[in-house]
Amino acid sequence: MKNALENRIEEFQDRVIANRNMAERTKDIPGWGMDADPENDPTYPMKHSNGADHQRLDYEKAPQQPIDIEIFHSIERPSVTRVFGTSTPPSGLSGAIRRHAYKYSEATAAHWMTLILADRIDVIQGKLNDFKEGIIPNPWIERGWKAEWKYNRPAFIRNAAITALLITGGILLLKSKKRSKHFLQ
Amino acid sequence: MLAMNFRGPFQVRADRNRPEPEIKHPFDAIVRVTRSLVCGSDLHLYHGMVPDTRVGMTFGHEFTGVVEAVGSGVKKLKVGDHVLVPFNIACGSCPHCKQELYGNCHESNPEATAAGGFFGYAHIAGGYDGGQAEYVRVPYADVSPTKIPEGMDIENAVLLTDVVPTGYQAAEQGGIQKGDTVVVFGAGPVGLMAARFAWFFGAGRVIVIDHLDYRLEFARKFAFAEAYNFKEMNDPVVFVKKTTDYFGADVCIDAVGCDATGSTLQNITGKALLLQAGNATALHWAINSLKKGGILSIIGVYGPPWNLAPIGSLMNKGITVRTNQASVKRLLPKLIDHIMSGRINPKEIITHRLPLEEVPDAYRMFSKKLDNMIKPVLIPPRANMA
Repeated sequence: MKNALENRIEEFQDRVIANRNMAERTKDIPGWGMDADPENDPTYPMKHSNGADHQRLDYEKAPQQPIDIEIFHSIERPSVTRVFGTSTPPSGLSGAIRRHAYKYSEATAAHWMTLILADRIDVIQGKLNDFKEGIIPNPWIERGWKAEWKYNRPAFIRNAAITALLITGGILLLKSKKRSKHFLQ
Repeated sequence: MLAMNFRGPFQVRADRNRPEPEIKHPFDAIVRVTRSLVCGSDLHLYHGMVPDTRVGMTFGHEFTGVVEAVGSGVKKLKVGDHVLVPFNIACGSCPHCKQELYGNCHESNPEATAAGGFFGYAHIAGGYDGGQAEYVRVPYADVSPTKIPEGMDIENAVLLTDVVPTGYQAAEQGGIQKGDTVVVFGAGPVGLMAARFAWFFGAGRVIVIDHLDYRLEFARKFAFAEAYNFKEMNDPVVFVKKTTDYFGADVCIDAVGCDATGSTLQNITGKALLLQAGNATALHWAINSLKKGGILSIIGVYGPPWNLAPIGSLMNKGITVRTNQASVKRLLPKLIDHIMSGRINPKEIITHRLPLEEVPDAYRMFSKKLDNMIKPVLIPPRANMA
């Protein structure tokens, strides 16, 4: 880009601007400098070290939340934590894939990529469950197309037209292939 | 009850048939949500980029609410208290919590040791349902939830659950010295806060880089920053070098994370092929834009398993990397004081207020940056119930 911003700015202005800011602007910026800490360079102790690390896992723990659903735990820790979320326990094929993923550590692609695969299968399971419960997913609402229509109409129409064109093209292509196959026979 | 229900990437439902949460542990509380936010990091879930995000989950880690019930072991919190609930779920007694690393609790997330427990953030953060709902189960209720100070606007209170402390910690991690030039990549809510707070640490220049003009304009007003559009640049790294006298920035803050844009290679490998956890362009630019011996503060969220980043440059330039999930409870006293003293009014970043029923629109608009959205608030139907 010929007219790029970096080609248009004046050089060697950094300290000029910083000094001008500090001389003129900072008085108008509420709170300027009030939390400055010269010792925060670079290892300001955001961790207030008190030796607790050396207790390792030998600390006072809360009571254990009853484990009444299937909860996976990372193999990098000995057991389930004292509390845990109970949202969406593993189920069906995606659950079986997740079960397999949790056999591997958090340092492995086998763990994370398998979980991603399970997530994608879970989406299909979700759709099947919706149908089973008599719920028909409404993309107009659930994908936010209503908002897209309201605030981004030209792009929305363009994308819808391109999608429709591609689908129609695909169908026609398939049909013509079928016809030519039939003709050859 | 009504709650957000994740149905797969780019598809969420406002579901009226979600079961109400129950007390599962003596230290639990049940909170009736009064305000809930959609976070930029929720978009990583929405875009299907975070592993173990299960269909049927309710997102939302930024919320305030009224305590409706408490478990037998809860001593401090009382029914009727109006609280802000930090996004970190923290036990208060593990070594990390004892050392104020509340974002790294060891007793709230069984599924991953690489993260603490967070509300509504998939099973890599403990599998808790989140606050984009009418009611939420809040574990370890006596540790992090904090009564909203009298006189504090509820919108400022809800922003204190994540955005404000996260932006503050981004600046704090930068180890900013008086007069430093600080470059913030990303003018989203966290980047705006980071830029604004950089001045609190004595910055001499604050530069914000993004590609959305309406956000850059807001950064100039809200964060008093110089703001530039990288679409107007051939190479943002050359721009930063040139504007810092060919020296490099003292501090760079990556406030973008894995949903960046600006590099075709990163887009293909990170978003299309999923060969890395999203697009790490901001991280790449930040490392390269720093001076030798500079400090990199990473606050943008990256998912597992890995990202393309120039580690060799980190080593050769002697860059110090400082990063963590915000430790909200540690920062609350200071930030409450900054707000109550009028030094900052975070709610200025809220651009949209939507009923919880419109949660699919909120996600779509936030994801596509429609109607100049910066930060949406969701208001559940029972928010104002006496």
